Amino acid sequence: MKFAIIEFPGSNCDHDAYYATKHVLGQEAEFIWHKGADLRGADVVVLPGGFSYGDYLRTGAIARFSPIMNCVREFAKGGGPVIGICNGFQVLLEAGLLEGALLRNRRLKFLCEHIHVRVEQIDTPFTCGAVAGQVLKLPIAHGEGNYHVDPETSAALEANRQVIFRYCAADGSVSDTANPNGSLTAIAGLCNVSRNVVGLMPHPERACESVLGSTDGLVVLESAIATMVAKGAA
Amino acid sequence: MPLDKATIVAHGLNADEYRRLLEILDREPTPTELGIFSVMWSEHCSYKSSRLHLRRLPTEGPRVLQGPGENAGAVDIGDGLTAVFKIESHNHPSFIEPYQGAATGVGGIIRDIFTMGARPIALLNSLRFGSLNDPASRRLVAGVVEGIAGYGNSIGIPTVGGEVAFDSSYAGNPLVNVLCLGVGRTDELVKGLASGPGNPVYYVGAKTGRDGIHGATMASAEFDENSANSRPAVQVGDPFMEKLLLEACLEVMQTGAVVGIQDMGAAGLTCSTSEMGARGGVGIDIDVSLVPQRETGMTPYEIMLSESQERMLLVAQRGRESEVEQVFEKWDLHAVCIGQVTSGGQLCVRNDGIVVADIPNRQLADRAPLYDRPTELPEYLSRVQRLDTATLPAPGKLSETWLDLLATPAISSKRWIYRQYDHMVRTNTVVLPGLGAGVVRVKGTNRALAFSVDGNGRYCYLDPAEGGRLAVAEAARNVACTGAVPVGATNCLNFGNPERPEVMWQFVQAIDGIAEACRALEIPITGGNVSLYNETDGKAIYPTPVLGVVGLLEDTALVLTRVFPVAGLDIVLLGDAVGELGGSEYLMLVHGSACGCPAAVNLDRERALQKLLVDAASKKLILSAHDCAEGGFAVTLAECCVESGGVGARVDLPDPVDADDRFGLVRTLFGEAPSRVVVSVSPEDRDRLLERARFFSVPAMVIGQTGGVQLSISVAGKVVTAVDLEMAEKTWSEGFTRHFEHVAA
Repeated sequence: MKFAIIEFPGSNCDHDAYYATKHVLGQEAEFIWHKGADLRGADVVVLPGGFSYGDYLRTGAIARFSPIMNCVREFAKGGGPVIGICNGFQVLLEAGLLEGALLRNRRLKFLCEHIHVRVEQIDTPFTCGAVAGQVLKLPIAHGEGNYHVDPETSAALEANRQVIFRYCAADGSVSDTANPNGSLTAIAGLCNVSRNVVGLMPHPERACESVLGSTDGLVVLESAIATMVAKGAA
Repeated sequence: MPLDKATIVAHGLNADEYRRLLEILDREPTPTELGIFSVMWSEHCSYKSSRLHLRRLPTEGPRVLQGPGENAGAVDIGDGLTAVFKIESHNHPSFIEPYQGAATGVGGIIRDIFTMGARPIALLNSLRFGSLNDPASRRLVAGVVEGIAGYGNSIGIPTVGGEVAFDSSYAGNPLVNVLCLGVGRTDELVKGLASGPGNPVYYVGAKTGRDGIHGATMASAEFDENSANSRPAVQVGDPFMEKLLLEACLEVMQTGAVVGIQDMGAAGLTCSTSEMGARGGVGIDIDVSLVPQRETGMTPYEIMLSESQERMLLVAQRGRESEVEQVFEKWDLHAVCIGQVTSGGQLCVRNDGIVVADIPNRQLADRAPLYDRPTELPEYLSRVQRLDTATLPAPGKLSETWLDLLATPAISSKRWIYRQYDHMVRTNTVVLPGLGAGVVRVKGTNRALAFSVDGNGRYCYLDPAEGGRLAVAEAARNVACTGAVPVGATNCLNFGNPERPEVMWQFVQAIDGIAEACRALEIPITGGNVSLYNETDGKAIYPTPVLGVVGLLEDTALVLTRVFPVAGLDIVLLGDAVGELGGSEYLMLVHGSACGCPAAVNLDRERALQKLLVDAASKKLILSAHDCAEGGFAVTLAECCVESGGVGARVDLPDPVDADDRFGLVRTLFGEAPSRVVVSVSPEDRDRLLERARFFSVPAMVIGQTGGVQLSISVAGKVVTAVDLEMAEKTWSEGFTRHFEHVAA
């Protein structure tokens, strides 16, 4: 079971994703440089958080042109599981692999703290190990996490069950106070129509060890492992 | 041709210094040479007013691998690993341009760490501003915090804690001190020295522009009404560039082809070439026309003095140039060979082949001015040290005072600040901000590093020597409260104009206090920073030495925070020092004055207390630990309960020392004194804890129990004050935030 962790210039959370997958979960994990020509037989692709290209122009705007993104696009087209975390989510949006845009947090400030999300759909490679409605305590750390999309697409996303994670309170209730950044309909993460590409703002890779304050992120990565094991890729 | 006097003065050199320059060169200097001497002999680069006194600081210890004199200090932490750390100031630039001043302060100290071959893993900062009631101060706070966040978050190094204090003394002179901690393999540490004549000298990183020219001289002078014109001297940072530089430098150092490397900070190319040459006892010959430039028409003077950010000077082994160049090419960074190491010891600068500066480098360093400036006991001292409580109006309602203290910006929750910092990136943060000293784990080991920055300008104003001792004691105590053993320290000394004998007296006294405490607590100083001339229109800041102490925690799982974990535990007070009102937060809050004398620290007792904390933590005897600081015991007790998830406390203290003292209860509740820590222990472990306390000769008294919805303090069995935990928590949470956001009533 091999995780490919894409490394853009300015990615910071690549090390965190690597540590979680390799050292905490004992899986094979490899860094793939953004100029790379192939994904080296990866089973799951991770686009990590950070500040790729210093957020020049727009977050993720330049990373999406990196050569490796062609491989990621092909991999996704073939149904391969892809997860974009924070800046990784922003790259997926810019690359057109997911719909919508991420604007500046409504309070205009960078926000780093533990929040809760509710798992809305469990038929994705990253949530199949969870229970519908399960509440996860995960850290966020972003200045541009305010998800936005036009009303038609928003309605389509809801109708297609493409909203995968929603910000909520510890008891699972969705409300304005539980929404840290003003995201439309409290969207914290969503998937594509084929349900194999998932993007989310919170950091599951930062919530895999109790010493760090939460282990609720494990289910996201373990779901990916379970999916591939079921497909016989172990 | 002799330079005119005005030019020499404009370069910050006095007649004596200029005479010395002429002796060294045996001729008049070229403009570039004048610029080089000017910045190298500025206060900021040469430490001419402080160097003599810094020598009194203890710098040796069994774990010290690198003391002062290099880019950062280094301490052995076992498993073949080294902790590399230093604190630096960026005070003057932050007043001029708060965002960039603070951001480039962060950038500068990060470079000082990775230039040693260590990966930076965490940051702390110590900040001082004027009163938050002043919109100008609020603007500075917002800008500085945004700048630290903007840089630290982007480069992906967590800011995990720090301290901030407010006093009108800092209104025109904010203090921004940043500490960076890194970890590297002991056998892979690289120094900032040039060696091997013929070895190529590389310039790597961002292009050079005109920013920051004479930044070093700006930091060596006071402000006045023309200070806004200094804006061009503030550097502009690019954290993305520095992230690339950091990764590239760590990667290139792995090749083994790097002989020496240093970052270009204050005085840029001048300082790095001069210092690397001097450390290696060699000369350096460079051609500035080869330097990548982002502006046209730059003169050699400008190129040598530019403080453009995110640049490093690297000496490589001859023959291994392509290995070095390949790494920087991968990261899309400039890596240009601009010269070579020479024997003979000259710092030789050419422009397109023509020599524009040729200075005996050793003398530039060795014969830098060294001053033993006169000191004089300040006139104000005897007046301010007097505190006669008889002249104070009677104390008000104790519970109201308690809540008011919890709401003061100095004491209240700083969540508004630290939630702007990504404090979790790199997944090493074991203790979240606001819970005590910062603690980050060392991956690949069971260990963690705890670190804290502490200082108290008010204490130092009233008694600089005591203030110095107290700062060391407090920083080390905060570290010991996590269960970690202090292993090294770095200091940032923020003072006014050293040419004023009163200020110089403060400086010398503070150094003596710091030295004494470091020796007594066996904590070596491994490096640091001096920032002088922090004054505006002749009014200096409080003398503010800030200490950063780093400690080693053998088992990360045993880390402690300030918070009572559950109800039903015994609360034990370790240490029995009597709280004083002199220099206290109480006195400032209720009476608006800074006077009296802070309680003195008994360093033997402090050492014993810290050893007990480490011992008890390692044996899992104590479940939380929090030291008494600003606001005194009552505030400490409240701080053990806020964010605990609703665990209150009920304690009973012995009678105040003087029953007739009108302020007796106030002293007991809000008086400040060192060497006191409030810990929680489960009832079945209590006796063993008391026995360990006896072993270390630390006074220990069971004073109460955790639990309930109130914070209640009795004296000799009678309740003297109580507040609802919910109220205390709300007041504490909103105190600081209220100044920046409308908080619903």
